[in-house]
Amino acid sequence: MDQLLQHLVNALVLGGTYALLGIGLTLIFGIMNVVNFTHGALYTVGAYAMYIAAVGLGMNFFVALPVAVVAGLALGALIEFTLLRPLRGADIDTTMLVMIGAGIVLQSGALWTFGGVAKAVPSPFPDAPLQILGASVSWLRIFVFLAALTLIVSAYALINGTRLGRAMRATFQDHDTAALMGVNVSLIYTATFALGSSLAAAAGALLGPVYVVFPQMGDLAAVKAFAIVILGGLGSITGATIGGFALALAEEFGAGYVSSGYRDAMGFLIIIAVLLVKPTGLFARAERIG
Amino acid sequence: MSTTTRLASLAALTLALMAGPAFAADTIKIGVNEPLTGAFAASGTYVVNGAKIAADEINAKGGVLGKKIELVIEDNKSNPTEAAAVAEKLITSDKTPVLMGAWGSSLTLAVMPKLEEYEVPMLVETSSSGKITTSGNPFVFRISPPSALEAASFAPMVKKIGLKKVDFLVINNDWGRGAAGDFSKMLKAEGVEVGLTETMDQAAQDMSAQLSKLKSSDADTIMMTTSVDQLTLLFKQMAALGIKKRVITTGGSQNPDQIIAQAGAAAEGTMHLTTFLPWAPEKTPDPAATKYFLGEWKARGHQFAGATESFRGYDGIRSIAAAIEKAGSAEPAAITKAFWDVKMTGLNGPIAFAKSGPEGKESGQSKPTVYLIKIADGAVSEVAL
Repeated sequence: MDQLLQHLVNALVLGGTYALLGIGLTLIFGIMNVVNFTHGALYTVGAYAMYIAAVGLGMNFFVALPVAVVAGLALGALIEFTLLRPLRGADIDTTMLVMIGAGIVLQSGALWTFGGVAKAVPSPFPDAPLQILGASVSWLRIFVFLAALTLIVSAYALINGTRLGRAMRATFQDHDTAALMGVNVSLIYTATFALGSSLAAAAGALLGPVYVVFPQMGDLAAVKAFAIVILGGLGSITGATIGGFALALAEEFGAGYVSSGYRDAMGFLIIIAVLLVKPTGLFARAERIG
Repeated sequence: MSTTTRLASLAALTLALMAGPAFAADTIKIGVNEPLTGAFAASGTYVVNGAKIAADEINAKGGVLGKKIELVIEDNKSNPTEAAAVAEKLITSDKTPVLMGAWGSSLTLAVMPKLEEYEVPMLVETSSSGKITTSGNPFVFRISPPSALEAASFAPMVKKIGLKKVDFLVINNDWGRGAAGDFSKMLKAEGVEVGLTETMDQAAQDMSAQLSKLKSSDADTIMMTTSVDQLTLLFKQMAALGIKKRVITTGGSQNPDQIIAQAGAAAEGTMHLTTFLPWAPEKTPDPAATKYFLGEWKARGHQFAGATESFRGYDGIRSIAAAIEKAGSAEPAAITKAFWDVKMTGLNGPIAFAKSGPEGKESGQSKPTVYLIKIADGAVSEVAL
């Protein structure tokens, strides 16, 4: 029973950050139709920004966190402005290649600047874990979970409850009509990419202190983000959230009760199953064709 | 003479002419095949930095056979496929007559067929899977201990520490699974119970699931085998899960000082099997050499934590230089033969290769010293037994 509860707690905490990663990616793909291969790199950038702010500049942990998120926002806007804007209207393969290149540049840049040795960001929370009914969880992870939930709810509110969000949704449904209705589509694209990037950076900044910070940390994160988006359906925030928690549960219980060697395979088994039954993902939205 | 034969001899002649200048060059090239990016980047970089110290030291003393040695360093990206490609590139394009590499067991195993194909020897500085020196590859010479040797050195300590039941948590590759197998065998022979063996991917960052499973097991000790970055994460996650069991790590790639710096209090009380004692240079087999190496390591601005890893690169290049000197020429075949005659004192004990593996195709295996150290009060000390 203790073990079951412990696995459940682990999965919930992990699922929050998976969901955050998935939402950032699904927004960008859903609205802009860009397969964002810089997502993992932006996650890494967020973690390094956190490291620079908290360790290099000695900022307070809770001040460093928003600084890292803003760094991701700014870098996302820059990438959209310099790389994606000139390619608007180009086919999806071209943008995909450019994004792969940008991802490599970012990752190599991190390796060049910080070296391959992992860095640690100290946690401001006590080392002793919180005990609940025999399960233990660190205070840092509880904070990360709550912060991730806050960000997920904020992103949901932004998309569904604000003027900017309405413009984003309109652009997603039909960008020509949205433009005719007076939506500044270019601005929406920049805002969307910056928002998605900042969510990736936030995940990195939150998980950097939990794990360690190193240049290739984004590789596995990106694979998981893609898996979550496929699971949840493209462009769906609800889908990405549920997908994130589903993947975490599958991994955790797969490793705990089946075989830890196949931990990362568990998530992909679920994805194969979902794609067989519902090829557009669990929560795909109707889309205009042509 | 048929056209085919003539073409073949022409090709052979061209190749011979092209190969000639490479061996006649002013430097003797040594290929270094290490992970400089990917999961093992930290360790591979340390080994390369240690290798550079050896090369500079040898060259300052006039080099080998009157020529300077030149390290041709390539990154195998912590990926077995890349490691094999790097070996091929070093041998065929750079014409290196001898290699050092490839850090991880899976990386080294991927390189080994290339050594047989081109008949070029490789000094293995870090890998510890038993398979490397038992699969009948006569071009492999290893200075690091295989897991079985490490387990045998640890055997006399088992009772003294009071191990009763042990679970394993290992990296899911040849290194980790090999270590779990060899240590289980030894522990059972010593009358210690062996419980679960859990594995983790080399890139995994969250091992909470595996640790939660180990938490509810009745074993008193967890033996862990993986690289330093993953160990750091494991200790932090163990603390977060409130696991208070004895931990012993194997493989000698723990860099205890890096663990202390990054895992802090979570590393308290952990024990580690290592093959080098940079914390007590006077206790090492060659104190003068150890002090020189550590002094040079510090002078170059490298972190002290890396010394437990980098000494392998230092000893590796020194062993290769000794073999070239004995060979009297920088030809792969002569160097392969000369490795058997190398006798020197490394930073962790005598380096001399004993035959290992199937008869007629033996690999060389040196027998380094293994130490058990403990982290207590944020410092490293040898476990007194």
